[in-house]
Amino acid sequence: MLNQYIPVLFMIVAAAGTATGMIILTTLLGPKKEFSDKMEPFECGVSPVSDPASRFSLSFYVIAMLFIVFDIEAVFLFPWAVIYTKLGVFGLVEMMVFVLVLVVGLAYVWKKGALEWE
Amino acid sequence: MFDYTYLPAPNLIPQLIEMMIKIIFIFTLNIGFFAPILGYVERKQSALMQDRIGANRADIFGYTLGGLFHIMSDAIKLIVKEDFIPRGADKVLHTFAPFAAVVPTLLAFAVIPFGGKYNLWGHETNLVIADLDVGILFVFAAGSLATYGSVIAGWSSNNNWSLLGAVRVASQMLSYEVAMGLTLVGVFMVYHTLSLTEIAAGQEEFFHWGIFLQPVGFFLFIACALAENKRVPFDTPEAESELVAGYFTEYSGLKFAMFWMAEFLEIVTIAAILVGVFFGAWHIPFLSDDSLLNFLAGIFGLNFGSLFTMLVHTGVFWLKVAMFIGFLMLIRWSLPRFRYDQVMKLGWKIILPLSLANIVVTGIILLMVN
Repeated sequence: MLNQYIPVLFMIVAAAGTATGMIILTTLLGPKKEFSDKMEPFECGVSPVSDPASRFSLSFYVIAMLFIVFDIEAVFLFPWAVIYTKLGVFGLVEMMVFVLVLVVGLAYVWKKGALEWE
Repeated sequence: MFDYTYLPAPNLIPQLIEMMIKIIFIFTLNIGFFAPILGYVERKQSALMQDRIGANRADIFGYTLGGLFHIMSDAIKLIVKEDFIPRGADKVLHTFAPFAAVVPTLLAFAVIPFGGKYNLWGHETNLVIADLDVGILFVFAAGSLATYGSVIAGWSSNNNWSLLGAVRVASQMLSYEVAMGLTLVGVFMVYHTLSLTEIAAGQEEFFHWGIFLQPVGFFLFIACALAENKRVPFDTPEAESELVAGYFTEYSGLKFAMFWMAEFLEIVTIAAILVGVFFGAWHIPFLSDDSLLNFLAGIFGLNFGSLFTMLVHTGVFWLKVAMFIGFLMLIRWSLPRFRYDQVMKLGWKIILPLSLANIVVTGIILLMVN
């Protein structure tokens, strides 16, 4: 039933309208005085010494990959949780096997040190 | 539920009007009341806890109202400030980021019920803007979209501090999103639904409140929600003593205010979900909806009786929300900040296994009870 989502559509329009209005307001109002030193990105008072677009730690990429694995696990758990009482023992055992596989995965990345930060 | 398909045409207009009223109510309450008031409360509360006098200077003809005029002076100041975009920044993305931060937080409120179902003069009204079957998943979806605002802000600013903040915010929010989804699975198992209105309706009896049926889930969820909100003790992405202001270092004026508003509205949303899922939503302890309705209908007649029931329930809901907002804001000035590795360790090594264990234990107990 897509009709449930009609109010959501109205919400999106209202929220986007509010946000756009605020951005337009702040762009139009207020002074605009530009000079060279002021336009530098802030770096504690000195001119930036390094380019922000440099490399960062590989651990962040690992976290992003782990997120995909475990978030999809969570998505599989939601429908199961809703009808859990109807499934009975079978549902519990079935999902325990599924969760166990992922716990093994979590134990593996834990052991490998992917969750350690230096 | 909004089932427009099978309604005769004349009913469509009242339904649309009802929806508009609810949307305007939520927007007015959030943008017009909570966002400015929480800014004031945060300043006043910090002053109180640090033994300062605090915001009390703004006045109109010498009257300060305990600093309440700071709300107005803050708003005017933010509106007329210069909109600053640093050299080398991506102008389009820099402008888009606050938009991407605010819109999802406003959207999340579409599915939060602030009252039950009432029959007013023959018109059935349900106090939630969109009664979605997937309810809470919509909130999670909106929450994940809010990550984009912060990440784009940090990435587009061409500033080292902003970029560090953006990288931190991305991995922190991803980590806690997983855990946050899992902490509520126990709640779905107990109430057999994802819909927030049905979860709320299932808590009419005092001892059926989520806090009694899912106590572990409550504590895990509140920790995850604080981390998603990026507030103390999880404020590493915007740690002012390390990263200036993190991902919104290069923002000024209303664009800065939009990030600030998004943060406060997230607090309101978290408080509303905590109340709706764990603290009986609009229900009053030991007083069922029907007995309140019968009592009020006995005095004022059926129509005004249900109108007053509706007002009482809505009032109770927002009162509970206000109490939880107070609690969440109290945390800010009570706890020190976690180190970044501690934040990640808490998310992956403690909350994630605990929430999985919570699911297993809930499953076994439910089987034994049935």
